[in-house]
Amino acid sequence: MQVDQISIFIENKSGRLAEVAGILGEAGVNIRALSLADTSDFGILRLIVNDCEKAKQILKDKGFTVSKTEVVAIEVPDRPGGLSDILHTLDRESINVEYMYAFVERCEENAVIIFRFDETEKAIEILLNQGFNLLQGERLYRM
Amino acid sequence: MIYNEEFETLPRPALEALQLKRLKSTIKRVYNQVPFYREGLDKAGIIPEDINSLSDLQKLPFTHKQDMRDSYPYGLFAVPMEEIVRIHASSGTTGKPTVVGYTRKDIEVWSELMARSFVAAGAHKGDIIHNAYGYGLFTGGLGAHYGAERLGASVIPMSGGNTKKQILIMKDFGSTVLTCTPSYSLYLAEAALEEGVDFKSLRLRVGIFGAEPWSESMRKEIESKLNICAIDIYGLSEIMGPGVAIECHEAKNGLHIWEDHFLPEIIDPETGNLVPEGEKGELVITTITKEGIPLVRYRTRDITSITYDPCVCGRTHARIARMSGRSDDMLIIRGVNIFPSQIESVLMKIEKVEPHYLLIVDRKDNLDTLEVQVEVDEQLFSDEVKHLQALAQAIEKEIKDMLGVTCKVRLVEPKTILRSEGKAKRVIDKRGEH
Repeated sequence: MQVDQISIFIENKSGRLAEVAGILGEAGVNIRALSLADTSDFGILRLIVNDCEKAKQILKDKGFTVSKTEVVAIEVPDRPGGLSDILHTLDRESINVEYMYAFVERCEENAVIIFRFDETEKAIEILLNQGFNLLQGERLYRM
Repeated sequence: MIYNEEFETLPRPALEALQLKRLKSTIKRVYNQVPFYREGLDKAGIIPEDINSLSDLQKLPFTHKQDMRDSYPYGLFAVPMEEIVRIHASSGTTGKPTVVGYTRKDIEVWSELMARSFVAAGAHKGDIIHNAYGYGLFTGGLGAHYGAERLGASVIPMSGGNTKKQILIMKDFGSTVLTCTPSYSLYLAEAALEEGVDFKSLRLRVGIFGAEPWSESMRKEIESKLNICAIDIYGLSEIMGPGVAIECHEAKNGLHIWEDHFLPEIIDPETGNLVPEGEKGELVITTITKEGIPLVRYRTRDITSITYDPCVCGRTHARIARMSGRSDDMLIIRGVNIFPSQIESVLMKIEKVEPHYLLIVDRKDNLDTLEVQVEVDEQLFSDEVKHLQALAQAIEKEIKDMLGVTCKVRLVEPKTILRSEGKAKRVIDKRGEH
């Protein structure tokens, strides 16, 4: 039920993001979703791509520090309060959200949100029990 | 004004005769009392009786900082511990500091040389000396303190830090002489402005600044911002502490080194040979009156030049130029001595950190800044910002704890720090660019 995400360490200097995007573009890797966490010194670029292994390898070859992280993609009803239901469920069960960001594409009528939890397995179990719909990686990469 | 007219203005022939007498006695003493020197001289095939002129000094082997570390803590002391009345140690070092011991007579000599230095700087009995050098293992605070008392001035033992209080006391107590690092004096001036205190309204007249390298342009800035006469002082704990050499306020052109107690040589750091008068080289000092820990041909690693030209002040002691650098990679950051290798050993202790680092030294708002760049490889990387920030903070704390200096750690991408075959470039010092 987990989705592969790659994270890239990027120094805060001009042109670095463009460089990453360029490398992936040239290699034919399609970015499906992204989020950038930044501080004054550095940023962490997180990507869901159609070919995680390939993206990781080419960025590594270009000298970037890259890691693979497992995240969870949850379908969220596209209506007011849709996200709130999920977050309240997680809160009740004391699952911490390390970070989250929205997926670019919709899944039929629903939005998709990417979550990184401190306890991924437990979070998945709880969400499934509560009837939330989690998206498989394979489906996501092809969306 | 000259504090010790007789000795400070000794005609050169008499001064040199005194130096030779004291040198011979020092060499005899260390040969008999300190195994390190006996071994060194034996190895060089020299006996103390071979020293018959000042130039015979060149036959003797050098003493290095490492020799002091190797004999840690008391191995180079030349008197029994019962005769040692004070111990100081070098600041801000990992592992073993360099330890120095003073006999009662050493403290007296030091006090006199600091008193001489105060007078050379234009201070006198009746001055209120605001001593903002750190008190403690560091020689600065107590060295200046004893000299001020010897002079008969009123000394305020402020020590470093607590800037607001420094300003309050300077204003209310009517301090006339300030002793601290040059960068701290500018920091004080700016802090005073913020407190609404105008240095021009203070009684401060003279500033005696040392313990870190500074420049002529910085002198001009200090003199105009603090409205004082700024004097450069030189010293190092291994030799004595502050007061080894000082500028006279009459000329402000080179630092008189107290030659009746110290024998200076300027050498080419590569070959070890003397360089001609006036040329730049490494300062080597032999102490010729010290009892606790006499040092023979000690490599200070400071780069300067020397002149024996007469000085307008009347002192006959040679003058060394403002220190222009180091012959090793030691950095002086806010008065704390740091070798890049020390930072490296701190980094190596932190799990997963690779020894690829770069130190950027700069000066912002008149305070030295140290940035430590550390490469983030896959071992270190986390895709959560808080983990990376915690890592940077952990390194900063470790460096502060181990080396006593505050730094900023910047995480950088791998391979951004230049690798070089041979000696890696570990330091970029931008302080000279301002």
